[in-house]
Amino acid sequence: MQLLFESLFNGVAIGSVLLMAALGLAIVFGLMGVINLAHGELIMLGAYTTYVVQLIFKLPALQPLYNAYVLVAIPLAFIVSGVVGILLERTVIRRLYGNPLETLLATWGVSLILQQFVRSVPLAQAAGVILALVMGFGLPLLLPDQLLTGPRARLVRAGSWAVSALGGVLLAGGLASQISQIARATSRNVDVTAPKWMRGGIEWMDITFPVPRLVIIVMTIIAVVGVIWFLNRSVWGMRIRSVTQNRSMSDCLGIPTDTVDVLTFGIGSGLAGVAGVAVSLLGSVGPNVGTSYIVGCFMVVVLGGVGNLLGTVIASFAIGLCTDLIGAGRLLTIWPDMPAPLEQVVSFFATTSMAQVMVFTLIVVLLQFRPAGLFPQKGRMVEA
Amino acid sequence: MFQAFQQRRWPLVLLWILIVAAIVAAPTLLPVFRLNQLGMFLSLSIVALGIDLIWGFTGLLSLGQGIFFALGGYAAGMYLQLNSSADNPNGIPEFFSLYGVDRLPFFWEPFHSPVFTLIAIWLIPALLAAVLGNLVFRNRIKGVYFSILTQAALLVFFNFFNGQQKLINGTNGLKTDVTQLFGQMVGSAEMQRGFFWFTAVMVILAWIFVRWVVRGRFGDVLIAIRDDEPRLRFTGFNPTLFKTIVFAIAGGLAGIGGALFTVQSGIISPQEMSVPKSIEMVIWVAVGGRGTLVGAIFGTVAIQFAETFVSEVWPQSWLFFQGALFILVVTVLPEGVIGWFKTDGPRNLLSRVGLARRLVTYPQLEIDGQDEVQP
Amino acid sequence: MNFSFSKRLAAGLAATAVGVSITACGGGGEKKSATKCDENGENCTVTVGILHSLSGTMAISESTLVDTEKMAIDEINAAGGVEVDGKKYKIDSITEDGASDWPTFAEKSKKLIDQDGVPVVFGGWTSASRKAMLPVYESKDAFLYYPIQYEAQECSNNIFYTGATPNQQSEPATKFMYEKSPAAGKPFFLVGSDYVFPRTSNTITKSQVEQLGGEVVGEDYLPLGNTEVAPIIVKIKKALPDGGVIINTLNGDQNVAFFKQIQDAGITPANGYYVMSYSIAEEEISTIGSEFLEGHYGAWNYMMSIDTPASKKFAADFKAKYGSDRQVADPQESAYNMVYLWKAAVEKANSFDDNKVREALVGITFDAPQGPVEVMPNHHLSQTVRIGQITADGQFEILEETDGPVSPQAWNQIHPDSKGFACDWTDANKGGKYKL
Repeated sequence: MQLLFESLFNGVAIGSVLLMAALGLAIVFGLMGVINLAHGELIMLGAYTTYVVQLIFKLPALQPLYNAYVLVAIPLAFIVSGVVGILLERTVIRRLYGNPLETLLATWGVSLILQQFVRSVPLAQAAGVILALVMGFGLPLLLPDQLLTGPRARLVRAGSWAVSALGGVLLAGGLASQISQIARATSRNVDVTAPKWMRGGIEWMDITFPVPRLVIIVMTIIAVVGVIWFLNRSVWGMRIRSVTQNRSMSDCLGIPTDTVDVLTFGIGSGLAGVAGVAVSLLGSVGPNVGTSYIVGCFMVVVLGGVGNLLGTVIASFAIGLCTDLIGAGRLLTIWPDMPAPLEQVVSFFATTSMAQVMVFTLIVVLLQFRPAGLFPQKGRMVEA
Repeated sequence: MFQAFQQRRWPLVLLWILIVAAIVAAPTLLPVFRLNQLGMFLSLSIVALGIDLIWGFTGLLSLGQGIFFALGGYAAGMYLQLNSSADNPNGIPEFFSLYGVDRLPFFWEPFHSPVFTLIAIWLIPALLAAVLGNLVFRNRIKGVYFSILTQAALLVFFNFFNGQQKLINGTNGLKTDVTQLFGQMVGSAEMQRGFFWFTAVMVILAWIFVRWVVRGRFGDVLIAIRDDEPRLRFTGFNPTLFKTIVFAIAGGLAGIGGALFTVQSGIISPQEMSVPKSIEMVIWVAVGGRGTLVGAIFGTVAIQFAETFVSEVWPQSWLFFQGALFILVVTVLPEGVIGWFKTDGPRNLLSRVGLARRLVTYPQLEIDGQDEVQP
Repeated sequence: MNFSFSKRLAAGLAATAVGVSITACGGGGEKKSATKCDENGENCTVTVGILHSLSGTMAISESTLVDTEKMAIDEINAAGGVEVDGKKYKIDSITEDGASDWPTFAEKSKKLIDQDGVPVVFGGWTSASRKAMLPVYESKDAFLYYPIQYEAQECSNNIFYTGATPNQQSEPATKFMYEKSPAAGKPFFLVGSDYVFPRTSNTITKSQVEQLGGEVVGEDYLPLGNTEVAPIIVKIKKALPDGGVIINTLNGDQNVAFFKQIQDAGITPANGYYVMSYSIAEEEISTIGSEFLEGHYGAWNYMMSIDTPASKKFAADFKAKYGSDRQVADPQESAYNMVYLWKAAVEKANSFDDNKVREALVGITFDAPQGPVEVMPNHHLSQTVRIGQITADGQFEILEETDGPVSPQAWNQIHPDSKGFACDWTDANKGGKYKL
């Protein structure tokens, strides 16, 4: 019983990290059909945001609030990755709608650039660039409409970008002068330290539950519930769903499809940022942190059935449980007197690396029986 | 050739004469190191030809060609290792002793035979591609799903080869530079020169072969699969069979390229199966121009040399260039360099900067789809 | 076929082809000489090669080696340079990126040797990269200096190894953990990244623990680049329910995930679990955070906390050059030493010629930051071994230190396959592997 429970917890823990990472992809890929290979790098940006926020909270003025920095990092990571995602959508992906293979190649290029960006640009300056972008996109929304449509519209827009740029420069300068760690570019990995209350483990029924894992599970639950609520209950969520179901009809009914695209992509990217916060609690943060997740994320979405959130949830927990069962050699504990040849096979796969081989092979085999994933979308299609 | 003159295709003939002349002159013009690189890049271009065949003509974007490439390389590496380990204790390659292995794993045994190796180099990757491809195609998985699955398969193979030190030397890979072939050291200057010639010949043979495949009715079916698969199916063809065959051909070509690459680079390691390498292979074809064949060869050699020079001058910024290249090719040059020439790219560029008169009508109406794919 | 198109195509392609060949020639032409002087025969320079990963997963670790090697070169140049035939040569360096990709290391080595004609290359970190480069240097009879502690079982006439061999690091460390640590006598669990160094090192550790009378209850490997350590933690808790020794050979960033998560899972010194790491130095401690590492152990030849003027000067110079938040550690010290050892050998041989330098190098001594080191006939260094416990301020508290430098064993005397073998390149009858 205890064994079963521990195994279950570990599987859920591994699965929830996967789910967190794949949730944004499920929206971008599942709803919009966009293959975003830079998704991993959006996760990475979220992780770096956590790192910068942590350093800011170490400044004397904010020291008393240090324990709460993660709570600030989550929305900030959402905004940072979301804005970078929106920029990506506006500049590159929008030109490639309907060409998934081209999108795949272009976003791979973006991911290479983002990886090199965090290596070559000091984080303080990167923060400045992102603030400028956020303000540049955000300011026009706050200004009254007359100014933006009036005769001086161009001037107003240029002015708002100038203000944004100034804000970015000030932030970059301020951060660089206050925090020496981010004043220089570095290719070294950085490390996020969880506040005291998020470290250690809770003992219950002779099992240790690591607190960061619990935090991630809670974060994942909130994110999933939030996304489901948003898509099913909110006005914009319903617009998103209607556009994915029938774009031209939605357009006819007056739904601004262009805005919907931006919003959907922004939310998907923002969720990647939140996943970055989760990832940073578990390991180190470096330029390559995203690459290790991206293939797994795609497998989760494909296995769950594209366009089906529930499928994504179940698929990630299934993969988590399988990884734990195979990789930690639990099959041998559950069934100690396994016949010898089978035992050899099982122990051959009972390492973390071989478990990954096994899980991926299983997924490919499973797709033989359910080509459209566990929970395929229903409907009649020639192209099924 | 003669016919070509009659059809006023002499520029193409000239191009080929130039390419052949460049290859013939390369050994005398280029320093040893650059010649060796050119040989390696030419062997990579064989892989690119395969990708052009499946992607450019059939519309299948495989992100897993690294599997077949590395398998061909491993086959060559295993033979060379065995061929020069007769004097070792137990008669097995030296690295096994690091992990306390004293018996050759069973799957190494057939690689004692040079004939088996020569066949295995292309047959094993081709068979694997046929099996993998068939599993995917018969379920009508295609488009990006196919790409993602090939990528997952790549990761499976990478992890397997990377993790199995006792079977295949894991992440270290197999070295061939100090092994023996025909009683000579593979890394020696004469052997390397020989490999260069052999690679050059193989590239041309591979080009002729692929060209033969894409011409005629078989090629028409491939293009039909790319352009409208359901319609082809409704007319009574079985696309699965064609796709499987063409994927297997591409796999076999990748295997040959891998073996030639290995003997010239001196090492085959699981790194060749890493995710970025296989995506990079796709960009060679995209830069050269999809569905042009010559473009694949040209794109591979040009990009590889560009990478070499950029990373020698600015060691830390190659990724910026590479990333920008991906984005540029997709957004600005969707037809690749050759396609750009074909679609009046130079004239358009000149007219953009005001050096040539802009054309106001459609430039050419006689462009015929069938003719277009031929270089 | 459309006539004008093919013409343009032909012209374009031909131009590009010619362009490529010309650039290719311009890049090299004849093999360059590594030394050059101005017309008056003065202001001489010698060009050496530096080959480390500046991109990819290993850039994190290897870029610090480039920093240290450049610092050593600058120091030598500031002191006048290398003296050969009464002339002072300033050292110039060409840095190449190995890109964390083993075949690239081999290719860039070929470039440095053939194209640039450098007399020596300082480079490498992972064993896999060294194994990839080795055939290149052997077939071209060129020289590589390799600065990292490694698994040994190798002795090339073309490589000088300035890092520790297992008998200079892991063997004393295992003995210490089994006999003197708070977990003395308890079972061992081995964790490592999935590549040649951890695998071989753990084979040696297993034999050694057996010889000592202890027990290894499990081992597990994490593929490079993967940071999902949860299954490993499960295995450790199952195999070591009452605490014990964990020998850790994980690579750089995997350590962060490992130490963060074992602490959360209750695998801490307070609960009787002690980790001995072979790849955790001061830099890594500052990245991971000392709060996760306090109380665990490390074994190195150099530790920043060594209280000698040479060690303090080394740390101070590095900080002055690269910033006060930087650390120095054993791999950097090895990298620093090898530049000075090469300089000393060149001056002793009075020539940049590879073969003369190779002969001159054996027997050279150097007052390194860790204390005196000497190049032995097997192309490795004799070095002092230190075992330390990590303190709250991110340094090692040195608990044990050998009386003097320990002689290196290229062929391990515990590993069953290499027992009884040794290496001696000064004696033509002995060579790379002979029976003792």
